Amino acid sequence: MNLKVRLKINGADHELDIPARRLLVDCIRYDIGLTGTKESCSVGVCGACAVLVDGEMYASCITLAAAVDGAEITTIEGIAENGNLHPVQQAFIDHGGFQCGICTPGQVIAAKSLLEENPTPTEDEIKEYMMGNLCRCTGYYGILNSIAAAAETINKASGSGE
Amino acid sequence: MIDFEYHAPTSLDQVFDLLDKYGDDSRVMAGGTALVIQMKQRLSQPGHVIGMRRVGSLNAIESTPEGLRIGALCTQRQIENSELVGKEVPLVADTFRKVATPRIRNMATIGGGLVNGDPNQDPPPSLIALGASAVMTSKSGDRVVLLEEFFIDYYETDVQPGEILTNVMVPHAPAGSGSVYLKFLPRTADDYGTVNVAAVVSKEQDGTCKDVRIVLGAAGVTPIRAKDAEDALRGKPLTDENIRAAAVLVKDAVDPLEDFRGSADYKTDMAEVFARRAVEQAMAAIPAGS
Repeated sequence: MNLKVRLKINGADHELDIPARRLLVDCIRYDIGLTGTKESCSVGVCGACAVLVDGEMYASCITLAAAVDGAEITTIEGIAENGNLHPVQQAFIDHGGFQCGICTPGQVIAAKSLLEENPTPTEDEIKEYMMGNLCRCTGYYGILNSIAAAAETINKASGSGE
Repeated sequence: MIDFEYHAPTSLDQVFDLLDKYGDDSRVMAGGTALVIQMKQRLSQPGHVIGMRRVGSLNAIESTPEGLRIGALCTQRQIENSELVGKEVPLVADTFRKVATPRIRNMATIGGGLVNGDPNQDPPPSLIALGASAVMTSKSGDRVVLLEEFFIDYYETDVQPGEILTNVMVPHAPAGSGSVYLKFLPRTADDYGTVNVAAVVSKEQDGTCKDVRIVLGAAGVTPIRAKDAEDALRGKPLTDENIRAAAVLVKDAVDPLEDFRGSADYKTDMAEVFARRAVEQAMAAIPAGS
């Protein structure tokens, strides 16, 4: 049964007329047309579909769009600012944080969420936070290095680093 | 997923009206991390989903004379990061930190997890070991049930038609007690445990065991309290020998399901091993001087 759902996605308001069973990932990809967010495992385990819902990292493949009516959603398309890549995105490019790229939008969203919560994570804290984002290419070291580098960039820019 | 009608009540009264109206054809959804997957896999096909997200009143953690009152809609991550929980019942914070991944814990709630009744989950053994109870609310008022008696069978709980789990009451840990939650994870860090054990131990001045609770998860169709093992230790000196002897009795208490994490026999053996380690580590965690 269709219902009206209002979502603010990357700052833009959308009013959608969608079935109650529409998953947030499908809504973002097919109703809105933002295909950066990927679906892989479909059961909330792999992290490819990670988006921010009112600032909290969610698995969009097991979230009903109807359940987050009224929320602000941030996807991978919404984190660059004024045409400049987010420091996490730039660090993934500079430090080999991806190969095939399927998991990358989720990795970047998760890393951004981590650094907002904890701007100076230890390696163990990075591993703990990122354990729900699977990657079959990089062996993870590139991802860990990218996140550590992004943390440094962000802290330098904000003057809170060394 | 079979389509359904979605309801977004903003008060408990509205939830009760919807439960009255749609009964067995409805499912209540909190974080949705379990229910949405069950619906995608068509294990659950409700005609009506009652979303709890807009019912704003059940997401507080409060200190009361009887212990902590945790609102059923508190997310698992909220509990894990709560200063109050960390200070008053650190076992609960430690246990929630071991659930799945940070992303799932952002979504999943304490109440949703308990009502789902999955015996592999992490929180029930620790909550039962601490003597926690569930507050169920219906139009006719509150009903309080010990979590130890809350789980009836595989994915079956004591929540009755017309009732909503509204709060979880966690008593203060006994003075001078130590506690631990062990999750045996031979596969990946975000997996369910192969077996899970929570232990709370307190001792007398002379080193004998004053009280002990040993509760296992992923070891049967419900969480299981190993009462014979507890009885074997209570009042006895907490020696290696006595702890080993008590842990052997855990094997008779459990009845694990075979799955890709191991055979029933293997899990039974691991239940003994992890129960022993849990008691040892809980004992070591007793504050000095108590």
